[in-house]
Amino acid sequence: MDEASSRIAEVTQASTAGFFAQCYELFDLPPLGSLIKCRDGENEILAVTCNASTSSLEPGRRPIARGKTELTEEDVFRSNPQLKQLLKSEFEGVVLGHSFNNEYYHYLPPRPVKLHSFVYLCTTDEIAEFSRSLEFLSLLTSARTDIPSEELVAACIRFISACHADPSTFTAAAGKKLAQIFVDDYPKLRTILLRLKL
Amino acid sequence: MNQKDSTKLGVVVSGSLSQGILARLDSNTSVEDITVGHLVTIQGNTRRFFGMINDISLETSDPGILLTPPEAGEEFLASVLRGTTTYGTMQIVPYLTLGSDESLIEGPQPVKSIPSHFSPVYLASETDIELVFGKEGSKNFFIGNPLDMEVKLCLDLPEFVTRSNGVFGKSGTGKTFLTRMLLIGILQTDAAVNLVFDMHSEYGWMGTREKASPVKGLKQLFASRVSVFTLDEKSSQERRVSTDFVVHLGYDEIEPADIELLRQTLNLTDQAVSATYQMRQRFGQKWIEKALALESDGETEDVLKSLNIHEATFQNLIRGLNVICRLPFTSPHVETRAVDKVLEYLQSGKHVVLEFGRYRDITAYILVANLLTRRIYSRYRENTEKAMAENRPRPKPLVITIEEAHKFLNPAVAGQTIFGTIAREMRKYNTTLLVIDQRPSGIDEEVMSQLGTKITCLLDSEKDIDSVLAGMSGKSGLKSVIAKLSAKQQALVFGHAVPMPVAFRPRDYGSAESYEQFGKMPAVSDSQDLEDLW
Ligand SMILES: Nc1ncnc2c1ncn2[C@@H]1O[C@H](COP(=O)(O)OP(=O)(O)O)[C@@H](O)[C@H]1O
Ligand SMILES: [Mg+2]
Repeated sequence: MDEASSRIAEVTQASTAGFFAQCYELFDLPPLGSLIKCRDGENEILAVTCNASTSSLEPGRRPIARGKTELTEEDVFRSNPQLKQLLKSEFEGVVLGHSFNNEYYHYLPPRPVKLHSFVYLCTTDEIAEFSRSLEFLSLLTSARTDIPSEELVAACIRFISACHADPSTFTAAAGKKLAQIFVDDYPKLRTILLRLKL
Repeated sequence: MNQKDSTKLGVVVSGSLSQGILARLDSNTSVEDITVGHLVTIQGNTRRFFGMINDISLETSDPGILLTPPEAGEEFLASVLRGTTTYGTMQIVPYLTLGSDESLIEGPQPVKSIPSHFSPVYLASETDIELVFGKEGSKNFFIGNPLDMEVKLCLDLPEFVTRSNGVFGKSGTGKTFLTRMLLIGILQTDAAVNLVFDMHSEYGWMGTREKASPVKGLKQLFASRVSVFTLDEKSSQERRVSTDFVVHLGYDEIEPADIELLRQTLNLTDQAVSATYQMRQRFGQKWIEKALALESDGETEDVLKSLNIHEATFQNLIRGLNVICRLPFTSPHVETRAVDKVLEYLQSGKHVVLEFGRYRDITAYILVANLLTRRIYSRYRENTEKAMAENRPRPKPLVITIEEAHKFLNPAVAGQTIFGTIAREMRKYNTTLLVIDQRPSGIDEEVMSQLGTKITCLLDSEKDIDSVLAGMSGKSGLKSVIAKLSAKQQALVFGHAVPMPVAFRPRDYGSAESYEQFGKMPAVSDSQDLEDLW
């Protein structure tokens, strides 16, 4: 993946624990639970995507249904080219860690990402490297999101496991780690684990 | 479980010296692989601890799991929970430590402390076992393997025979096989000379084996060092036993004390027992013969009156004496006394097995064992006292093996019998007992507590287990170990001659290979033993 094609979005709101980003292409949203990164000089901040949405650019104005007479959904956009200018695709990134001097740290970076930072998709190698330590699970599981956090955790583990040479081993290890994190919350642990497969 | 030198099982999480150590199993240790009775080492900061696993349990950190446990098909959930939210723990009784200054020189010491939190727990390795129980050698006799281990477990037999010992277990659990092995060990290590009252004729020549051909007896392995005495010549001949002496008892060898022990089996009243003493006083050595003669005599009434014995008591006594006199190996008088013959053999260093042939009823066994032991013991005692007074070496230790020990050592008689005396006097006169019993609860408590080393096979009655463990520390733990031994050829040894309790599988006996191993006399090898010889 080259630099340009992996650059998918731009930060529009940032805080220590996470950020909002708007996609350059409408609907070109990274999948739930995938890993993205922003640069800060030499260093990077890694995050997991969640709460993706596509909505009207103008707050308070909702698009109206236009497809009654169209044959396909694509035809709706073809007949109304202005729509692409009125809509935006956005998502939220929950920070899972950062790199400093080429090393990954699985805790919050000293500063949030800068506004208008570019958002890139992480490569398979980066993801595998970052998730060699399962410590990132503690930020992941404590994320406060609009969607149920069990969903985010499960999606993220599914996504990361696919980047490992042996996905089952990774998933099994992550499961054990989750069991430690949720020692006193069996229902939550159970919900997550039932969304994973070896 | 495989026996690598460092099989880590878990870490210490809590415990106390009195209650034992609780360790949590590592998530990759399957609780199913942990067995009670396994020996473990715990690596503390400054010292190492040796202990035994005596309980295993399943725990969960979240009671919610009990409400909605993983269902069929939720294998991944189950596999994650295993070892994390749900986990195994093991209870360990620590017995020994190694690592403090004195133990470096003296070897493992009894525990006085416990390992700190999170000390790793390992399965004991072969080197650990050798360190604690010693290597096979001229004194250390190889008795079997610790459960699930290859290493040889050894017992210091010269130390073993300094106290009276016991072999217990339900019927068919391997007591006889175990005892035979100990007798061979005592012979091989030259720790003592044996006198075996062989009720079922299975030690001297040919022993029975369940569902298989008979096994060899001691004399077949050590022809020149073992002699077989028999009470039943006919049975011995039929079994083609090469016997050394046929035992007959003269009535005139029987003393009132011998009768007293038979009170129960002969159904004698208390009065009848005390009458024996009066008769002995009145009639002298031939009292039995004379008492029996009285019956047909006209003067009976006068004699009884003068002795103040009731007619009913007399009849009761006569019935009892008749039982004895009907035993085919008794007669009014015999020329060569068995006692002298046994002593002669023992003193020349020969081991004596006395087989009972068909006379397995308990009257014969108690009568003969008690009568011979009383005389032999008093002779041994004289010899020992004389040797001590004259500053000569004491006679070689004597180990007397008796079966059905509760008949001799039950609370009603233990106070009076010679066996009770020997058990209590310990090593004083170089004579000790090896008692074999399937119902240890029938044995007097005090005698049980005097036994130095106890080896017990499976026992399932609570009472029996309690009596075997009486006075042991960490009793409740050992209880579960004894109750979980397998039904054959597994035993727990603890007490005087072993530094800590250990469950083991006794050596196999009965194959050609085993005879070769057991039949060998070990060469004196280690330099230390050479020094001992000097
Ligand atoms: N060490 C052993 N080697 C071989 N077989 C054994 C051993 N211990 C026990 N057995 C088997 O178990 C059976 C019962 O053992 P035994 O010693 O006669 O029991 P007990 O004397 O307790 O009634 C034996 O006949 C034999 O088949
Ligand atoms: Mg037996």
